[in-house]
Amino acid sequence: MTNWTDHLVIAPIVLPLLAGTVLVLLSERRRKLRAGIALASAVMLLAVAIVLVGVADSPGDAVRVYRLGNWPSFFAIVLVLDRLSAMMVALVAVLGLAALVFSLARWQGAGAHFHPLLQFQLMGLNGAFLTGDLFNLFVFFEVMLAASYGLALHGSGPARVRAGLHYIAVNLVASLLFLIGVSVLYGVGGTLSMADLAMRIPAVAAEDRALVEAGAAVLGLAFLVKAAMWPLGFWLPGTYAAAGAPSAAVLSILSKVGICAILRLWLMLFGDGAAHSAGFGGTWLMAGGLATIAFGSIAVLATQDFSRLAGASVLVSSGTLLAAIGAGLPGVTAGALYYLVSSVLAIGAFFLLVELVERGREVGADVLAVTREAFGTQREETDPEDMQAVDAPIPGAMAVLGGAFLCCALLLAGLPPLSGFLAKFAILAPLLAAASGGLPPLTWLLLAALILSGLATLIALLRAGIEAFWTSPPTSPPRVAALEAGPIVALLALALGLTVLGGPAMQYMSETASALHAPRSYIEGVLPSSGAPAERSP
Amino acid sequence: MELIVALGIGVLTGSGVWLLLRPRTFQVIIGLSLLSYAVNLFIFSTGGLRTGQPPILPQGGAGNLLEYADPLPQALVLTAIVIGFATTALFLVVLLASRGLTGTDHVDGRERDR
Repeated sequence: MTNWTDHLVIAPIVLPLLAGTVLVLLSERRRKLRAGIALASAVMLLAVAIVLVGVADSPGDAVRVYRLGNWPSFFAIVLVLDRLSAMMVALVAVLGLAALVFSLARWQGAGAHFHPLLQFQLMGLNGAFLTGDLFNLFVFFEVMLAASYGLALHGSGPARVRAGLHYIAVNLVASLLFLIGVSVLYGVGGTLSMADLAMRIPAVAAEDRALVEAGAAVLGLAFLVKAAMWPLGFWLPGTYAAAGAPSAAVLSILSKVGICAILRLWLMLFGDGAAHSAGFGGTWLMAGGLATIAFGSIAVLATQDFSRLAGASVLVSSGTLLAAIGAGLPGVTAGALYYLVSSVLAIGAFFLLVELVERGREVGADVLAVTREAFGTQREETDPEDMQAVDAPIPGAMAVLGGAFLCCALLLAGLPPLSGFLAKFAILAPLLAAASGGLPPLTWLLLAALILSGLATLIALLRAGIEAFWTSPPTSPPRVAALEAGPIVALLALALGLTVLGGPAMQYMSETASALHAPRSYIEGVLPSSGAPAERSP
Repeated sequence: MELIVALGIGVLTGSGVWLLLRPRTFQVIIGLSLLSYAVNLFIFSTGGLRTGQPPILPQGGAGNLLEYADPLPQALVLTAIVIGFATTALFLVVLLASRGLTGTDHVDGRERDR
């Protein structure tokens, strides 16, 4: 613990926590100061995340372990920085900053406490990605969910409250399942550390193996509710459609938390090292993913509404990831990780974009006006100031929106030349290469599902785009502040960067995937001399 | 003792699930509370059910684990209780907001058409 980068591992959790706490204490009227603090925190978070990615990607597979309180790893709660967690923290920082900048134009005023909620959301997300302890994961899940309840309800109004009610109830039950799964695993394995658990599972007695698998399945169920696997994902499109644009953009990465947790835990606990339990549940992941793709594609085709379209494409992306992970091949996992980054950027941009397009169509921001009214009258006096910020239409707003929509469509449908296509190709190519003889039927299904879901997305987005931009263009060009268009363009530019730098990015992903499939270095990083208690550093 | 605890958990879970699936928000929240009691008891029992055993080993000696109560599940239960309490309170607020905005206590915000 001498190198300063060692302590940087905890910064993505501490930074938003401090900023959020200060923001709660500050009066709502000091909006410039509040926005400044929130922005500073988000920018610093992004800088830290970039440094962390650099640290994690250093040659040699050593993971960085941060032991809280410097207790030996057998007792300590550890934070673990490897390539996967560094990448996800960076994604969270990017998306958080984009949503924050977007919200500065008007959404921050639609209700109380937007800024602290966003900060706590970022803290929960970062913690959930970094932690190496199951119960700590639960705590960060709850932090993240509590903030997400607030964000989903931000702006209030009957539609949001109704969707929020369902969302909260579903997630509370999922949290209870999470607890049951964790405590069963603890009861059998006697530890909560993921690395330690991975060491102990192969040694579990034969009569207890069913218990371990049942516990893991219940735990997996909790993650799959978050990841919105069919039939556990009916809450998702409605909630995301009802949430405000910046909230929805941040919420869209929540489903990826479940997927990352499954990816890490499944490969660590039931990887090749798990003796008799190896590969437990892989077929279920694959089948569930396929069902989710099918359901998502139908939902994409069936909906006319822009926000629901975005929600349905979250389902498709979740399904694709689950099915690809369920294949259990390092090459396919690498492709899936690339797809994850690409789809998070695209969906985040799409959620932000949807609000701007809808605003143009429904002359005036009536939705926002209604929600303001429902929220209460104490914010009335700040409205004129708000409106001034928006009153700066940039020329060619429609062109920017149309171009951004086109990019989103290409990314989501997986068409060349953008990264969506590369991602699907990166999933499909190793899948075909792996089976030298005949392909197993599930692989054929996955191939078909990936291509057909792209087609369905394309049809739906084309139809919606023609309707929004050509058939019934808005009577007056929508008033879009540069603050709102900026984040969308930035997210899409990142996706473009991901395309151009596809080689290095893919290299990073395949190293991530091979480390996930062979968790030896992770386990040895957390438990330095496996078997003997770790020595206490002075 | 195991039988009584198991039965208790089972009854709480059963009632909780039934209430959770009812259409009124108040029933849902009571169901969630019962379920969280059941889960808390369950976590507590994973450390093994022993009465009158100390949770801390004596200094110097490595005692027999069978003679000690496992303190970790108790710590986990405390955390779970706190978090469960907070989220239930939050749910209660949303429930009241829903009641105020829609004028009904149906979970869908409107009575089902008959």
